[in-house]
Amino acid sequence: MEELIKSLTETFGPSGEEETVRTMIADLVRDRTDRLFEDSLGNLYAVKEGDRPRIMISAHMDEIGVMVTSIDENGFLRLAPLGRVNPVMLLGQRIRFKNGLTGSVYHEKLKDLKELDWDKLYADVGQKDAASAEGAVKIGDQACLAQPFNSLPGSRCLAKAMDDRAGCAVLIETLRRLPARLPQEACFVFSIQEELGLRGAKTAAYRYEPDFGIAVDVTLVGDTPKASTMAVSLGKGPTIKVKDSSILCHPRVRQLMVETAKKNDIPYQMEVLERGGTDAGAIHLSREGVPSGAISIPCRYVHSPSEMIDLKDAANAVEVLVKLLTKEWSFSEESNVF
Amino acid sequence: MNEDKIINALLELSEMAAVSGGEEAAVAAAARYLKTYVSDIKRDCFGNLLAFKPGENATGRPALTIALVAHADEIGAMVTKIEPGGFLRFTPIGGLDPRTLPGQPVTVHGKKKFPGVIGAAPPHLLTKKERGETTPMEKLFIDIGMDQEQAADKVKVGDIISLEQHPVALKNGKMMTGKSLDNRAGIAVLIACAAGLSRLYHSVDVVFIASLQEEVGLRGAITAAYGLNPDLAVAIDVTHGDAPELEEGRFFKLGKGPVVAKGPNLHPALVDRLEKTAGKYFLPVQREPIPDHSGTDAWAFQVAREGIPTALLSIPLRYMHTAVEMINLDDLFNCVKVLGYFIGGLNRTFLEDMKKC
Amino acid sequence: MLSELADIQGVSGDEAKVRRFISEKLAGRGIETSVDTMGNFIARKNRGKLATPPMLSAHMDEVGLMITSIRQGGLLNFQTVGGIDSRVLVAKRVKIGREGLRGVIGAKPIHLQKKEEQEKPYKQESLYIDAGFNSREEAEKYISTGDYAVFDVSCIKMGNGFYRGKAFDDRAGCLVLLELLLENSDLCFNAAFTVQEEVGTRGAMVTAYTLQPQKALVVEATASADTPETEKEMSSTILGKGPAISLMDKTILVDRKMRDELADCAVRAGIPFQFRRFTGAGTEGGAIAYSREGVKTAVIAVPCRYIHSPHCVLKESDLQATVSLARAWLENNQ
Repeated sequence: MEELIKSLTETFGPSGEEETVRTMIADLVRDRTDRLFEDSLGNLYAVKEGDRPRIMISAHMDEIGVMVTSIDENGFLRLAPLGRVNPVMLLGQRIRFKNGLTGSVYHEKLKDLKELDWDKLYADVGQKDAASAEGAVKIGDQACLAQPFNSLPGSRCLAKAMDDRAGCAVLIETLRRLPARLPQEACFVFSIQEELGLRGAKTAAYRYEPDFGIAVDVTLVGDTPKASTMAVSLGKGPTIKVKDSSILCHPRVRQLMVETAKKNDIPYQMEVLERGGTDAGAIHLSREGVPSGAISIPCRYVHSPSEMIDLKDAANAVEVLVKLLTKEWSFSEESNVF
Repeated sequence: MNEDKIINALLELSEMAAVSGGEEAAVAAAARYLKTYVSDIKRDCFGNLLAFKPGENATGRPALTIALVAHADEIGAMVTKIEPGGFLRFTPIGGLDPRTLPGQPVTVHGKKKFPGVIGAAPPHLLTKKERGETTPMEKLFIDIGMDQEQAADKVKVGDIISLEQHPVALKNGKMMTGKSLDNRAGIAVLIACAAGLSRLYHSVDVVFIASLQEEVGLRGAITAAYGLNPDLAVAIDVTHGDAPELEEGRFFKLGKGPVVAKGPNLHPALVDRLEKTAGKYFLPVQREPIPDHSGTDAWAFQVAREGIPTALLSIPLRYMHTAVEMINLDDLFNCVKVLGYFIGGLNRTFLEDMKKC
Repeated sequence: MLSELADIQGVSGDEAKVRRFISEKLAGRGIETSVDTMGNFIARKNRGKLATPPMLSAHMDEVGLMITSIRQGGLLNFQTVGGIDSRVLVAKRVKIGREGLRGVIGAKPIHLQKKEEQEKPYKQESLYIDAGFNSREEAEKYISTGDYAVFDVSCIKMGNGFYRGKAFDDRAGCLVLLELLLENSDLCFNAAFTVQEEVGTRGAMVTAYTLQPQKALVVEATASADTPETEKEMSSTILGKGPAISLMDKTILVDRKMRDELADCAVRAGIPFQFRRFTGAGTEGGAIAYSREGVKTAVIAVPCRYIHSPHCVLKESDLQATVSLARAWLENNQ
């Protein structure tokens, strides 16, 4: 799984420019699905066909990034954030455009770093004037962070875009492990624009009309120095979400996840995330409502160039998902009731 | 259903814990009261309760459907961590004011219901500066009188915490105080309204909805509105009651009647009809101008599918989102009457007339 | 027609007069029209020619004020409807209610203020509307709480091809849609004149659900700061350089292919255009793009200075170029 996470995280895919990631994932899962298609906004659906209930499992392809909003006469680029990006996190970092062009991000002269905001920040792609800059990059072009994947001694690793390529990797690995036939239908959605407000999952859920929803994403942790009081640690297993800003997970789905993990001796943690949302937030409010839950991979330094996960947590998330999807979900078409 | 019975129902509803995401008790109680007066009750897949009361419709044409929606949930909190010493950290569910919390008794819904209290540092040990500051939510904790080992066995991260308060009627007999009158008062209106309508001719079909998860973003209403897609909807909720130091005119007097909201969120023809109905039957109402988001289920209903004309009727309530909310029961009774006569007077032509508005 | 449209009172939730104006302009032109429960006005030009016609959207509502209570002495308290910077409110004249009663926004005169007070902007809560009433009872004869008020402004031409007036956001967009509906063409499209954009793009949520388009174009007015005291990089758009094509705003990230398509349309037809060099603020784009299964949506806008103030300024040539660009886009989608 390490190789898979390495290649996924090193791929270019800020919100709205998920094409490269989508093509890569489509190639990886094509022979494991009965139906593979994308919609007009760019969500990718990999369906393992079966009877109802229909379960939608969603991980988002997009990562945070920046967009070029103007180019000045000296060839410097002004930037706007794609998703929740702290400008401080970008200082001195390299960014990379789709065509491979890289640039450095720095700030105008400031009296105090506290003044730093997007209007004080610029990118330098090494061009001497507007004309040569415009030859290399256009207004509206997007860039992501440029850091490579690093494996650390033990089972932990660092990369940009762990949020949520780690989740994508979990979905892909799950698809590889699942038997040809499941007791019910499962649709793996690789969604777009989650970082801009769960937008892809919203339209995908409307289109697919699932009976249940599961999001696989990363979550924050409370095990770093002076961290907030959150009872989630790296390496202690994937988390089963109870609440975040976007959803109160459905008790039945949550219970099913807990039972599955317990029964199969898979380590897990319970997650209450105080800030942040995930695709399940959009799925559970689709149409008449979709009972939904989420499994997360604990991740340090989320939305930075160096997000850290423990590969064991990702592997255990796959275990939970495989066991969850190969068991039969109770369901009645007349009343998929509480 | 006489007034005493309504008051008893409200006392029962206010006492029970039904924090967003764990509303079963309040929904079950609402269903128990409503079932006497309706033809069918169901839960949708989000968990919202829908109770159907068909009208007398001899026209042969499909009847108009009006939804009356009140949220069943209340604010509360959730366990985020069990600290050494057995103290619990928590995160709010819905809008809790940390300043109102120190010293607040709570119930922790773990393996069983455990009583607890939100700890407050003794003033003796605080510096002058600390006494002048609000303790932020993340520094607060709950004491359930257990050590870490016991607490970890009985309570899990993700368990729900509710405010603990026994509701009481005040001396003058008109006022009631307790927790979660936002919006059990609304649920009581639904119940009383269903009872009232069983003795009043009405040609439209009425659906009573106890919605879930309003306090965390109108979530139940979003799905209920889509699923039912009624012709009209009225949300029943609470609004801010008057109190000293609040700006004149922006808050509503307790005892001066329910409050009809007016603004972009509300359909002008419905607002007009509600106010005229009150006038016709000499029932007091107040008017609340709302320039944008009403912060209620009405906001979700209005834009469901192809749009649903929506109104909002509120009961003035003091000290919102605390354990000492207060209402005047006359406002509740008048709210029921206004709704009853309003529904009694509706028919299909109303829908056609309002399109011209 | 811009003057006529801009002068109409139509704060969010009270768009009836704008709707009536548009409806009257379209009457007898063989265009199918309808109004939904929220008050959105939909016009279907050459209906039936295409199975899923492209959608154009512009909002009828404008920012304004709402009377929230009446003081004992007859002065009126108000709140803003939509985003208005309270610094532009003081000492402006307004029209109140459906009758359009005149009033002024008053505040404590500068002479009577302490030095510290003088240096701070007026807070909205300290302002009030004075319509000359001597008591609450007198005021209540003419005014009820919940009444709307708008700036008392008439749109005029000024300088070299500029217009000055209120509510160009988004009567300019309404004008673009009206022009395209009224001209003699066999273009097939659905035009949505929507309500309540300024309080959360509410009308467009409903029209997008109803019309179920595959592609949509929102026609807006957007802020321009091509003025002193703003650095060029921060101007967002420049008057006279044609319609601004959005890259992104708070509600939508515009599909790159849609953006490129619009730019191509403009280049081919020789229409000037610019990109909106700002990614904040919101439009109906998001409400439409993420409706149902998703709709390919773009946003173009007429650059407009002093937006959401009593007097906005726009350039006529930009307005015409916006009509041309919207037309070229429609032709490309027939």
